[in-house]
Amino acid sequence: MNDTFTLSWIDYSIMIVYFVFVLGIGWALKRYMKTANAFLEAGRAMPAWVAGLAFISTNLGALEVMGMTGSGAKYGMLTTHFYWVGAIPAMVFLALFMMPFYYGSKARSVPEYLKLRFDEKTRGLNAILFAVMTILASGISMYALAILMERVLGWNFHLSLVLSAAIVLGYTYLGGLSSAIYNEVLQFFIIVIGLLPIVFLSLQDLGGWSGMKEQLAPIVSAKGFAPDTWTTTWKYTGSATANPMGVEWYGIFFGLGFVLSFGYWCTNFLIVQRAMSAKSPTAARNTPLIGAIPKMFIPFLIVVPGIAALVLLNKPGSGFILPEISPGHYNYDYTIIALLKQYLPAGVLGLGITALLASFMSGMAGNVSAFNTVWTYDIYQSYIRPTTGNKESDEKHYLTVGRLATIFGVVVSIAAAYLASLFGNIMDFLQTIFSMINAPLFAVIILGMFWKRTTGHAAFTGLLSGFLVALLHHGVTSPLGATTLVKGGWICHLYTYPVEMAQNFWTAIFAWCTATIVTIVISLVTKQLKSDDDLKGLVYSLTPKFKEENVPWYSRSTTLAIIVLTIATILTILFW
Amino acid sequence: MGIDIKFPIGLMFSIFGILLTFYGLFTYNDTAFYSRSLGINVNLWSGLGMTVFGFFMLFLAFRTYKSKKS
Repeated sequence: MNDTFTLSWIDYSIMIVYFVFVLGIGWALKRYMKTANAFLEAGRAMPAWVAGLAFISTNLGALEVMGMTGSGAKYGMLTTHFYWVGAIPAMVFLALFMMPFYYGSKARSVPEYLKLRFDEKTRGLNAILFAVMTILASGISMYALAILMERVLGWNFHLSLVLSAAIVLGYTYLGGLSSAIYNEVLQFFIIVIGLLPIVFLSLQDLGGWSGMKEQLAPIVSAKGFAPDTWTTTWKYTGSATANPMGVEWYGIFFGLGFVLSFGYWCTNFLIVQRAMSAKSPTAARNTPLIGAIPKMFIPFLIVVPGIAALVLLNKPGSGFILPEISPGHYNYDYTIIALLKQYLPAGVLGLGITALLASFMSGMAGNVSAFNTVWTYDIYQSYIRPTTGNKESDEKHYLTVGRLATIFGVVVSIAAAYLASLFGNIMDFLQTIFSMINAPLFAVIILGMFWKRTTGHAAFTGLLSGFLVALLHHGVTSPLGATTLVKGGWICHLYTYPVEMAQNFWTAIFAWCTATIVTIVISLVTKQLKSDDDLKGLVYSLTPKFKEENVPWYSRSTTLAIIVLTIATILTILFW
Repeated sequence: MGIDIKFPIGLMFSIFGILLTFYGLFTYNDTAFYSRSLGINVNLWSGLGMTVFGFFMLFLAFRTYKSKKS
């Protein structure tokens, strides 16, 4: 994989056309950006389908595309657990039960919801953690992009870093959240259409799904698993040693399907922000549901080619190679790139590379636009310069602050990208920390939304204790064969998990359980400082039920939710 | 917020589609060039597909534009 791609004029033309459109959208939106509300919240005017596709596109960053294709090769169809059980139920839950409170409370961010529902310290803790983590995540995604451009296209690392940052800064500075959202929709279509040829060609090459299954059997058997392990989802989850993920069905169901996925989809402001930008309460509810429909089919776009890559890798004469980390251990992150190289001639190749670039930018812009909102409203407005009461001058002031935060966010991201280039482990570190923060946050928000007795002190202690327990669990366990302390076991060694993923699941489960128990106990012994009136619109039992009577039955959220769940169930059964 | 995203999507994919269709026609007899894509002229086929998609999006955008105007 040392030899780089040589792109021809047609590939560069496609890339340039794409950049022109991306910046053009920002430019076209510039004249609407007159208030902080327009810039940071997209004026709450997005149609449901736009917000829904942006919702899913934010999650379809390049780390996801590269990682999940790699997982396809490593774990086969078991990777779909991240989609069908690990995303769809959470998205449906967010839509039906949580969006009415996020949207209806008029909170402008998840931290602000915490402030309205609990108190200032809970908001502060969440806002600061979120701001720091989001910028780090954005920097890491930029680092991954620059490395990719260097290795694949032979571009200069520093140049591609600055250039991609400049483009993202360009369109988010000009058009704010609207620009990020519109571009995410554009990026969604490019990613799907750009990667489609690989799906088609790899399956065609291996004789379709059944041909691929046949050729997989000896390869999988040689790894010591049942021949159809890579093409099934739940069949071999009876014991942790029978499947390559090393997790039993209840670990998947509870760890991934409940704690991790609900923690991510229902509380991560990066995601929720898209639904909050919708134009009406019904549109806000429909956003995650519309996003769920493409989400269910994304495995066919990125996981299936990953499985094909495993066959190609073991097929003499296929010419398919992956870089090796050590002899016999492949770097699966490069699977998607190797596939592009394997099958695509100039022309569609340019489109495929543009699709990857698009996914990086969508991830980065998502982080930056979530960061500037939290920074402006939850940190700057609450602790540095509160509103003065003059609405017009305030809006102008916070618009400027939001714009400056965008620049600041991009600059710090670049710094974080260099930090990532110095410490190779920073990505693992960040993912670990993220799972430690999200699980307790989900526990606290869910209790807050559905139990009016939950108090501010309880929420704050719940968040902290959940995080500490996660840290402790990570400190005393480690995955098999871990060589660095980033993977765990930095306090002492009590337990070894077969694979890293199992450790992550259980870290999240412990964190969630602790946060739930602590929040319940402290709520019972502390006094509720908020009156029922304060909590109206924030807690389930004190809010009038969401009515959809004036909406035709076919566009009601509940109808959509039933459709989504039915398709997910059918897919699960088909690939059981 | 001012713009209908269907319009830029339609326009961009129409441009991509037309570019790739012509490139596909231009390289039509170059079998060595398409050996890695199993002898299939992927540029021509995806170009045609994208042109159809792009035009369809543009059609939807114009329809929305007209209904908003009247």
